[in-house]
Amino acid sequence: MLARRIIPCLDCDMGVPGGRVVKGIEFQQIRYAGVPWELAGQYYEDGADEIVFLDITASHERRETMTSVIKKTSRSVFVPLAVGGGINSVEQAREVFNAGADKITLNTSALKRPELISEISDRYGNQAVVLAIDAKRRYTLEEGRHIVQTEQGACWFECSFYGGRQFTGIDAIAWASRAVSLGAGEILLTSMDRDGTYDGFDIPLTNAVAKRVNVPVIASGGCASPDHMLEVFKKTDASAALAASIFHFGEWSVRNVKTYLKERGVNVRI
Amino acid sequence: MTIAIVDYGMGNLFSIYNALDYVGGSPKIISEPDELAGVGGIVVPGVGAFGQCMDRLCRFEGALNSARECGTPIFAICIGLQVLFEESEESPTARGLGWIKGRVVKLPLSVMIPQMGWNSLSIKRPVEMLQGIEDGDMFYFVHSYYGQPEDKSRIVATTEHGVAVTAAIARDNLFATQFHPEKSGAKGLRILENFVRAIRC
Repeated sequence: MLARRIIPCLDCDMGVPGGRVVKGIEFQQIRYAGVPWELAGQYYEDGADEIVFLDITASHERRETMTSVIKKTSRSVFVPLAVGGGINSVEQAREVFNAGADKITLNTSALKRPELISEISDRYGNQAVVLAIDAKRRYTLEEGRHIVQTEQGACWFECSFYGGRQFTGIDAIAWASRAVSLGAGEILLTSMDRDGTYDGFDIPLTNAVAKRVNVPVIASGGCASPDHMLEVFKKTDASAALAASIFHFGEWSVRNVKTYLKERGVNVRI
Repeated sequence: MTIAIVDYGMGNLFSIYNALDYVGGSPKIISEPDELAGVGGIVVPGVGAFGQCMDRLCRFEGALNSARECGTPIFAICIGLQVLFEESEESPTARGLGWIKGRVVKLPLSVMIPQMGWNSLSIKRPVEMLQGIEDGDMFYFVHSYYGQPEDKSRIVATTEHGVAVTAAIARDNLFATQFHPEKSGAKGLRILENFVRAIRC
């Protein structure tokens, strides 16, 4: 049986030499966490199942910094590496794959031009394309939306882009299934309401998307303790849980989190 | 001794190169069949579809056959394992290398396809390539099809994904995994280390 995956996420600011890992709260208030390839190496040694690098300051010059980070990381880190942030063409995806990435994650560029998902998956396979969705709850109900019941009331989920700075009006659940039909092999689903809050994953959101698509869903946003991971694995079909702050700031190691989950009946790789 | 990584234009070879280098092998990416002569070992990597893979690999077929007859250790990964078979449901008109009798079939529809993630091995028989690997150790899989050899004794390990999926096969100097050892952490590196050691012997 497939194990549930634990994925540390490195939000990278590539505006400084070599890049640096940062972490924000609700997509703001940046805090410095470390050097990307060093943190990646540490998480790998500690049992991470995969590592995600997101370039939060994506621009063309900085992508070169990211490819050098991936090149350096892939020399000694032997788990899948996913890279995202500002990739908007097959050519740019190729640069990242050639640096040693196994998957690329798309967000803004796919919302603006959905065919990009097919263009990259046709060439590199569906398994290599992760669609990242930043979703925010909207309690003002509108017709044609996928309505989800939550403890705070019924809501729908709106996709955001440009790193949470702009909203699209697009229904996140509908977008997830469309992206899969275009060739996305995995969904990285971030709750904007929970990101950086330490309140735990958005269970209704994760459930709604995981039930809708037949590809792995990575739950993201709000994780502050192994209990939050336990909750998302017990209550949803999420294939993986992604977290940043919990690992960066020394509260829990990847290994401790996995041991905690295994002791409570979750199938994880130790 | 050089380990030749066969570059036939399918996908990323850096990971396998880096992993072999890391465990002390001397990998070399080769893109011409005549470069296979005299190498210590051969790795046949692969991503993509069976038919497309064979279209590109077929020019290496003669050189691979000779290496196999000479007893050169050969390690095939993922689609590399699948093309050892005679045929695949994925590309019905394509013909595989046929080194392993049998065919490649699709995973059952009851499970997530592709199988993507870490799954545990059930070891069917001990082989040197699996030294240091125990029942239950997990490896990273990404695939939609799996091989079904006619002679079940070729299977050295399986994994459970709806059915018992062939995870590793062995025959003489040939070893192949459906999973990616180069993406499977320390346990994957251990298998690659076993391969490097087999070449030195």
